[in-house]
Amino acid sequence: MPIAFPIPDEAVLGRRGEILTGLGQLVAPEALIISEDERRAFETDALTAYRRMPLAVLLPSTTTEVSTVLKFCAQNQVKVVPRGAGTSLAGGAIPQEDAIVLGVSKMNRILDVNFENRTARVQAGVTNLAVSQAVAHEGFFYAPDPSSQLACTIAGNIGMNSGGAHCLKYGVTTNNILGVTLVLLDGTIVEIGGEHLDSPGYDLLGLIVGSEGQLGVVTEAVVRIRRAAEGAKPVLFGFDTSEEAGACVAAIMGAGIIPVAIEFMDKQTIEIVEGFAKAGYPLDVGALLIIEVEGSEREMEAVLARIVVIARKHNVRHIKESHSAAEAAAIWKGRKSAFGATGRVADYICMDGTVPLGQLSNVLKRTGEIVASYGLRVANVFHAGDGNMHPLILYNVNDPAEQAKAEAAGEDILKYCVEVGGCLTGEHGVGIEKRDLMRFQFEERDLRQQMRVRAVFDPAWLLNPAKVFPLDNRLTA
Amino acid sequence: MTRHNPTSEADACAIVAEAAAQRTPLAIQGGGTKRAFGRPPQFESILSSSQMTKVTLYEPAEFVISAEPGASLSGIVRLLAEHRQELAFEPLDYRPLLASDGEPTIGAVAAMNLSGPRRIAGGAARDSSLGVRFVNGRGEAIKCGGRVMKNVTGLDLVKLMVGAHGTLGFLTEVTFKVVPSPQRVATLCLVGLSDQTAIAALSAALGSPYDVSGAAHLPAKIGGGARTLIRVEGFPDSVEYRLGELRSLLKAFDTAEVLADDAAKDLWVAIRDATVIAEPRDKAIWRISTAPTRGADVAARIARTIDARWFFDWGGGLIWLACETASAAGAATIRAAVRQAGGHATLVRAPEDVRAAVDVFDPPIEAIARLQTGLKASLDPTGIFNPGRMFPEL
Repeated sequence: MPIAFPIPDEAVLGRRGEILTGLGQLVAPEALIISEDERRAFETDALTAYRRMPLAVLLPSTTTEVSTVLKFCAQNQVKVVPRGAGTSLAGGAIPQEDAIVLGVSKMNRILDVNFENRTARVQAGVTNLAVSQAVAHEGFFYAPDPSSQLACTIAGNIGMNSGGAHCLKYGVTTNNILGVTLVLLDGTIVEIGGEHLDSPGYDLLGLIVGSEGQLGVVTEAVVRIRRAAEGAKPVLFGFDTSEEAGACVAAIMGAGIIPVAIEFMDKQTIEIVEGFAKAGYPLDVGALLIIEVEGSEREMEAVLARIVVIARKHNVRHIKESHSAAEAAAIWKGRKSAFGATGRVADYICMDGTVPLGQLSNVLKRTGEIVASYGLRVANVFHAGDGNMHPLILYNVNDPAEQAKAEAAGEDILKYCVEVGGCLTGEHGVGIEKRDLMRFQFEERDLRQQMRVRAVFDPAWLLNPAKVFPLDNRLTA
Repeated sequence: MTRHNPTSEADACAIVAEAAAQRTPLAIQGGGTKRAFGRPPQFESILSSSQMTKVTLYEPAEFVISAEPGASLSGIVRLLAEHRQELAFEPLDYRPLLASDGEPTIGAVAAMNLSGPRRIAGGAARDSSLGVRFVNGRGEAIKCGGRVMKNVTGLDLVKLMVGAHGTLGFLTEVTFKVVPSPQRVATLCLVGLSDQTAIAALSAALGSPYDVSGAAHLPAKIGGGARTLIRVEGFPDSVEYRLGELRSLLKAFDTAEVLADDAAKDLWVAIRDATVIAEPRDKAIWRISTAPTRGADVAARIARTIDARWFFDWGGGLIWLACETASAAGAATIRAAVRQAGGHATLVRAPEDVRAAVDVFDPPIEAIARLQTGLKASLDPTGIFNPGRMFPEL
């Protein structure tokens, strides 16, 4: 069944002219996009099978502008869909016809970097990679690294509590943000956290991160920056079977070794990626692990030696170390382009369930069976070290029957993830995509409690209203 | 005074539902070792976790442990140690500072979002919390988060519950991510540095690629001479290497000596628990969080007006400060200094009348206060959980 959108509010649609006039008085002319052609660029995100044309698109340049826009929307009961770069795989930034899109992409400056305190204050529309680039000259970086880091914004990362390959060691967004400037729906601007650790009172920062744009709009953030290790080395380990690769991951971590990253690719993904990125991946293996170690040459060698001993016990067939920065970059380029490369051979939907580490092999196997039962193909590429799986279900977007099958297979996989003790989404967010599956993970009372918390910030459901929670049985207070 | 000792989540739900119906305020209690922390709550009954003490799940291979709130912290630490694992955030033990006895519980570790010197590298309790179950003020058992390493499904109520000091609900199960224990821990010590210089040295160490897991400075006034401490952990060969690199890096400050393992271990416990300023016992104790480079200045500014002793953890970002309890434990001076630098100050130890009169936690601005009141009402509509423990209105 295709994902439902709420029926647009006719009264709001009827007031479009009046709303645009009102908004036009609040922001600079170039910040208001009303023509259909230009709005089209904002009608979907990375969940491209779904799209809706918004009422208008606002691209403010200052926190004050964001504040006046939100205040206007609250007073005029206009829905708001916050947007970073629109790279959400879960449809977190897909608009609806009776909503404006409020994008922060023009607010993309690095405001201050303090290497001694290891913090940077940035505007929320800055891209993830730009933060690391701005501090790289001193050997520092910003740790969360979603595959879309070239395009995705810190605002979007905060919205979804994004992860990435390196969060096995360094944590996800919520562990790397120290403060935010948050604009509440009534226009109030609040500073939460700062350059210090922890805050008095409730952990509002922790609540805001991962709230998918439902509680307010983040316009600035204080992020934690870290000094990079002396060196980093990704190493490829090829296995005949996914089961062997999975067991090897468990054994490495069981030995007390937490590498910076442990990434998994199955045969299907290896072929797709190698054909596109020429990363030097072996094509004669059934599963591949990219394990990254870091430190000095000597430290990396020592840890690697430990890992190799374990991998040999698990019948590793192929080991390839990167011997230069270029080789290392190629290995990561392959991994990070996995979604893009897959998109060149087929349309896909990307699942994001996380399971207990001991269930990895089992869930991989079940995923294959589920997808095959719908007559479709799957490519698996994911963060094995923390059990965050990304089966890409391949289908043809122009074939509605196939799309329905792909979505049904995705649902079955996620339900299975929950059944074995996992969750629906590890780092992509719920968005519209998994909204209607929330009842498989939560009891009604759990969802009601979350909605009561949501209502503290937005009792009238104006902020990103069609996301996260099933459309029925909504609570307003 | 009624004392409720639920033995199960269902039991706790029934007790809370009844208390909500009767509007009976409840003090939530674990081991009672931190009762003297925070504002004195207003309550008529006690809701204790003393009969909910089981470890409900421990999968060493998956780095996850779940326990009922009354499980003792020491028991969990022992269990993890059997598998060469530990909690990443090094939770402090308030007993020495508060002169309390009994067993701290894992529920309180979560409720107070405890951490220790490794906060700068391994985060606080919040950062390791994968999930909690709790009873809300409606008497409903609520689940949030789970037991897996990454989870962004729905609003992160785990963060809200961790650090809420029992004002939003009664925790019935907490789940933490755990980490392998380091095979070797070693500490470098620089002597005789001023606060400002010491923090510069700590910043240099923390800004190096050598994975520092502890960075503290004990000024001369603490006793034993000024000592600046830098800790590294990991595989023995790696630790040796990083010690060497850090010594060269810090040459400009002083010749750094490696401390004997046992002495260093005791010292880090003393820093974690702030025992180095626990005496004399009639002094008030503050815990101040600010940006590391402003730590020395904040302390100096406070010392201009009031007589105080202090030491730094978290690379200078955490100041433990002891002062007279008179003049509301120096609250006005301390908060003014912290406000100027950015950060917050918590009154950790003071006589009950002082804690009732002074804001124990920095009072929020109006917009934040409104959100907090709203959150409290959304979870605890009749206001029965630990009323007044954090702020008078919550």
